[in-house]
Amino acid sequence: MSGAVLQVAGLTKRFGGFVALQDVALHVNAGERLGLIGPNGSGKTTLINCISGALLNDAGTIAFEGRDITRLPPHQRTRLGVARTFQIPKPFRSMSVLDNLRVPLEYAAWSRADHRRITDEAMEMLNLIGLQHRAQASSASLTLVDMRKLELVRALAAKPRLLVSDEAMAGLSASEVDDILALLFGLKAQGVAVVMIEHIMRAVMKFSDRLVVLVAGRKIADGEPQAVAGNADVIKAYLGE
Amino acid sequence: MFSLDLLANAVTAGILLGGFYAAVAIGLAIAFGQLDIVNIAHPAFVIAGSYIAYILNAHFGLDPVLTGVMVAPAFFAVGAVIYRIYYAAFERTGQESLSGLAFFFGLMFIIEVVLILVYGVDYRLVSAGYIGRTINIGYVGIPLRMLVPFSVAALLTIGVYLYLSRTFMGRAILAVAQDRVALQLMGADPVRVKQFAFGLAIATAAIAGSLLIIIGPVEPSVGRQYIGRVFAIVVLGGMGSIPGMFIAALLLGIVESLVATFMGPSWAPAVAFGVLLLTLALRPSGFFGRA
Amino acid sequence: MKISRFWVCVAVMVAAGLLFTGVSKNEYYFNAAYVILQATMMAVAWNILGGFTGYVNFGTAGFFAVGAYTSIALDKAWGLPLPLLILAGGAVCALIGLGLGYLTLRLKGVYFAIATLAMAIVFETLINNWSFVGGAKGAYILTPEKHLWFASYIEMLFMVMLLLTIACVAISRKLNASRLGRGLAAIRDDEVAAECAGVPTLRLKLVSTTLMGAMMGVAGAPYPFFVTYVDPQSAFNLFVAVNAIAMPMIGGTAHWLGPVIGALLVGTMQEIITVTVSSELNVLIVGVMLVVFITLAPQGIVGLFQKYRSRRTP
Repeated sequence: MSGAVLQVAGLTKRFGGFVALQDVALHVNAGERLGLIGPNGSGKTTLINCISGALLNDAGTIAFEGRDITRLPPHQRTRLGVARTFQIPKPFRSMSVLDNLRVPLEYAAWSRADHRRITDEAMEMLNLIGLQHRAQASSASLTLVDMRKLELVRALAAKPRLLVSDEAMAGLSASEVDDILALLFGLKAQGVAVVMIEHIMRAVMKFSDRLVVLVAGRKIADGEPQAVAGNADVIKAYLGE
Repeated sequence: MFSLDLLANAVTAGILLGGFYAAVAIGLAIAFGQLDIVNIAHPAFVIAGSYIAYILNAHFGLDPVLTGVMVAPAFFAVGAVIYRIYYAAFERTGQESLSGLAFFFGLMFIIEVVLILVYGVDYRLVSAGYIGRTINIGYVGIPLRMLVPFSVAALLTIGVYLYLSRTFMGRAILAVAQDRVALQLMGADPVRVKQFAFGLAIATAAIAGSLLIIIGPVEPSVGRQYIGRVFAIVVLGGMGSIPGMFIAALLLGIVESLVATFMGPSWAPAVAFGVLLLTLALRPSGFFGRA
Repeated sequence: MKISRFWVCVAVMVAAGLLFTGVSKNEYYFNAAYVILQATMMAVAWNILGGFTGYVNFGTAGFFAVGAYTSIALDKAWGLPLPLLILAGGAVCALIGLGLGYLTLRLKGVYFAIATLAMAIVFETLINNWSFVGGAKGAYILTPEKHLWFASYIEMLFMVMLLLTIACVAISRKLNASRLGRGLAAIRDDEVAAECAGVPTLRLKLVSTTLMGAMMGVAGAPYPFFVTYVDPQSAFNLFVAVNAIAMPMIGGTAHWLGPVIGALLVGTMQEIITVTVSSELNVLIVGVMLVVFITLAPQGIVGLFQKYRSRRTP
């Protein structure tokens, strides 16, 4: 399908006898903002792990910008332009905040970055999240909010065309949530598609062009946010009978 | 030169030896297989147990198996203390991969060198009524110094297996490996459970040590040969699985015995490690274990 | 062109070394210096995989001994000169590092560590059974007659080791602050996050094991000429292994200077103890130091120093 930056078809993932994802199909268009929601344990993080390559799916295909990435290792997918954040931030703790950004710039974005300006680019990105004054501080010493921001901007440092954000706003205050949202909104202008997994409904509804709902490993809804929110199956999944 | 009775004897010796290996490996099956603690010093503890059996045998004439059981509670206490230190220094801070390994590596050296400094590098052995006697069944000889350790090892394995599957603490130990949070919700403190488990693991080393010195003379560096064996057994046996471990131990014993008989004893040390390398390269979850 | 402090120090050390060989008549110092330099190389090499990349190698004795035995084998077969033997030792061990890495680096770090131990024992058994290099009985190496302009062979060996050690330290230093070094550090800090940041973790880990193997092989290659009698017991000896781990952990693993400091301090201390008390005591002390440092000061001496410095600046 033209314009689809990500095309997932028939994705199935099992852990022993437990089926985490069953025949999941979805697509993301260039620059689109897709919200991915569902109750806890519905398979959202597993789906991201399969898309990013941290896990290998048992069946189905994943295509990025028309190219089959189903069997590629994570680092190659990131180089092609698929980036993700982790639910619990995973900074490179022994490194400074700045160096945390240099790694993706020097590896994932190597072909897209100006090698002599890498430190400058990293500083610019720190500016975006207001951490430029802590560039040399150890990343292990950041507050939770700052760590989440770093996590996000580290994924952006890979210069992706698809960013998957996994609950980047959990545990944050309302204004902190708005900060992160603003960052994510800005990405559309750069043509970066975003898949946002989030439980904070107001953020997801405000943010998404389209909403996909996952329940017990299956997709049960895919469409306009308002329509999906009114969908009887979705309501049942979240609120019970 | 291949003959049936040579083969039969080699296989029998292998089974008996393998059973004993299980006694040595069971502590690591608990510590490494279930708790993910890479206690590379476990064989060193076993050797320490051997030396204690030697001392009590030489001075008081006590039977080694008896001393092994008597000393086990002391080893349990030592294990509990060591786990506390390990937990405080490494597990809590998430450093267990690099530093935890090196910690046990250092412990292993300390134990070995202290033994060398105190007892020197001469071989030590014990004397007991059954050492030196052999039961003959047809053309197969079963030395009692191997049969007794095999029997004790089998009993130990069964005992530990039953304990882990039937008692509350035992099942807590199995649970802590798989789901700390669920364990906490059940009201058990994961740290205390792991401490108990590690103490148990070291306690088995006391018994294994006494069995080791029954089988043959011991000197401080003997422990190192067992590092490969116990890890091979635990990995091959599927990490936490006790029955798997026992079968893997028997298999290793048989293969080693066959290699020693038909290729020469100087090749035996490589068997365990070769098996381990192959297992790691081909099927790291072992043949019986969880995926 | 601005010359950094490091290279100035290097020049000073080379000059001092040459001066020393010209002046000193006591062979003991050259022997002691050789041992310390060898330990430094092994510590620096171990740290590339251990400290920089986060994977523990317990089989360092294996790499060292294979380097030594490659020398012995080639010397017996073709009488090759020392520089070629060093190259060969490095190349063989580089291949072993590559192979071992390829077999086991896709597994968790713990399995890699155990596999390295296994590898060392397998090689020891193989060499024990290889009669060409003497098997379990060992091999004698005749001290060559040619020693350039130096007064004796040991003086030349000392200079060779000094240069090799400096080369290894320089490589390690360059690595520490380079793009490759950051990739390795990312692997050490969080391998999954590193993969997702575009770091080709398997490839970099293989580079790390290969480089470490090469350095250890180079450290072992001149050893037969130093001791003149080598047997598997002494070549594969665990003391070399424990030192290779203890020295970087005591000195500090994250920084290239750590293994150097660790090796110099601990190595010198060990020489003194061997001469005054006994060499068994060395193993005990290094074991205790290792355990104490890991438990109480996991960042090593360099780490303590950095903490002290950052506490003083407000």
